[in-house]
Amino acid sequence: MNNAVQVMGERYVGCGADAGEIIIEGIPGNDLGAYLDGADITVFGNAQDATGNTMNNGSITIHGSTGDTVGYSMRGGAIYVRDNAGYRAGIHMKASIGKVPALVIGGQCGSFLGEYQAGGYIIVLGLNCDGIPVGNFCGTGMHGGKIFLRTERLPDDLPPQVVAQKAVDYAELDEIMPYIDSYCAKFGVDKAKVMSKPFYILTPNSKNPYKQLYCYN
Amino acid sequence: MLKEGFEGNRIPSGCAVSGIFSKSGERIPGDKIIKSIAIMHERSNGLGGGFAGYGIYPEYKDIYAFHIFYNNSRAKSESESCLEENFEIASMSVMPTRPIPEITDSPIIWRYFVNPKKRSLEESQLDELEFVARFVTKVNSNIDGAYIFSSGKNMGVFKAVGYPEDVGVFYKLEEYAGYSWTAHGRYPTNTPGWWGGAHPFALLDYTIVHNGEISSYDANRRHIEMFGYKCNLLTDTEVITYIIDYLVRRVGLTLQETANVIAAPFWSTISRCSEEEKNRLTYLRNVFAGLLINGPFSIILGFNGGMMALNDRLKLRSMVVAEKGDMGYVASEESAIRIIEPDLDRIWAPEGGEPVIFTLNGGEQKCR
Repeated sequence: MNNAVQVMGERYVGCGADAGEIIIEGIPGNDLGAYLDGADITVFGNAQDATGNTMNNGSITIHGSTGDTVGYSMRGGAIYVRDNAGYRAGIHMKASIGKVPALVIGGQCGSFLGEYQAGGYIIVLGLNCDGIPVGNFCGTGMHGGKIFLRTERLPDDLPPQVVAQKAVDYAELDEIMPYIDSYCAKFGVDKAKVMSKPFYILTPNSKNPYKQLYCYN
Repeated sequence: MLKEGFEGNRIPSGCAVSGIFSKSGERIPGDKIIKSIAIMHERSNGLGGGFAGYGIYPEYKDIYAFHIFYNNSRAKSESESCLEENFEIASMSVMPTRPIPEITDSPIIWRYFVNPKKRSLEESQLDELEFVARFVTKVNSNIDGAYIFSSGKNMGVFKAVGYPEDVGVFYKLEEYAGYSWTAHGRYPTNTPGWWGGAHPFALLDYTIVHNGEISSYDANRRHIEMFGYKCNLLTDTEVITYIIDYLVRRVGLTLQETANVIAAPFWSTISRCSEEEKNRLTYLRNVFAGLLINGPFSIILGFNGGMMALNDRLKLRSMVVAEKGDMGYVASEESAIRIIEPDLDRIWAPEGGEPVIFTLNGGEQKCR
């Protein structure tokens, strides 16, 4: 890329940027796009931890993998990770009126996906794996938003406060289709392949969200 | 209580660890590990940095190398008379250092190449390693102002108060070469930054660099002190070193088993394992319950012939591992690996509690 900036471990790249395009090559440091407020960041390489920490608007596209806590507390905008994400992806993600963040992970991710999720969409496609694309304790403490897992089988240890349902037709995926289209366009992935496996939709059991969370009262 | 930071300021940051290992035994110069740890400068706050190198003393490879900090000449003469009583001293000299403005208030630092006296060893009725380990514990707890901070064969620890890249320059690490290096940049969390509190922590050839904070410290300390260890270096990492020494050297667990003790899987995770694995993990958790390390950690264990990287079971600290040909790499951040090897065969983040072990020349995944 001609206009790409070379990086190696520098923290807070694009922090709070509200407009324009940032294209980087190499390995950006932690908190890439922290508080991002409208700019579009593209990384040709892997990202480290806390990518998109508390971002508000804009997009981050990673042609590679990212470390732990991607989308930490994000409240708007979209993050696209071509390959894998580490632990605690989408932890504390939230939404408000007119702001619904989305985190799309093309490969697999570690444990505690969507821990304490309060809003927004987390989409895990598992394109590079045959098994379950998430680790243990998926959705622990979730009390809002939705997690979409492209998988034949659900994790065995979903916490009691999460309700999982298999999407029976495309209509149930309408709300995330723009993100899947973007993912396919950005990384040159065949959408038919993405849609060739079932999706499960995880939502919080809103009846009593804190019951049996970490205490049994 | 010592001030936590300069002039009492707290400087928030997070520790950094890095490790390089040549599985074929190629000798890597010390400046390479400095380059790796230096890129994570922001993770430290200047209150501690250090390195462990393995295979660095080939000319004295069968002799224990003691690196000792002394607060004053009294501590030195007291320690030396104790040393002379129990050990044959093959060589002794002041530690080679380079005075630089970044590293100040250095204690007196000496290096000794020693072997236990035959008679002292026989009289003790201990095996040689236990004899040496007890001697180190004795000096560190009983002689005021003396700390043996490195005590293995053909390996050495170099540590100080300062940023790790400056500590490396201070100790002239570019003059050493070894098949394995670990490094640490410190941000002290709950305890003072002082020379003895910098990482790595070492006993015999086991060294630990650690990023994290052990919430089970006191439970672990009470348990391990039952076996003769003394936690007197004012920081949580010390106890990890003794736990490793106890489990690996004294109990004889493999590194995999050791990892299953200190970063044991949750009972809920164990309940989904095969019957055999369930029994194995349950046994380890029950027998060594007091050595489960709780709280966030990513550690690199160095030992003669190998290296092990391990995260806490919840993976509350970052760690990536990579390979390129015969070389293995571990670091808190990917950039710390890419800066010394841009073109990797494989890079991945191990799961919480999943040890990654590199060994020399395909050696056993068990120390000793």
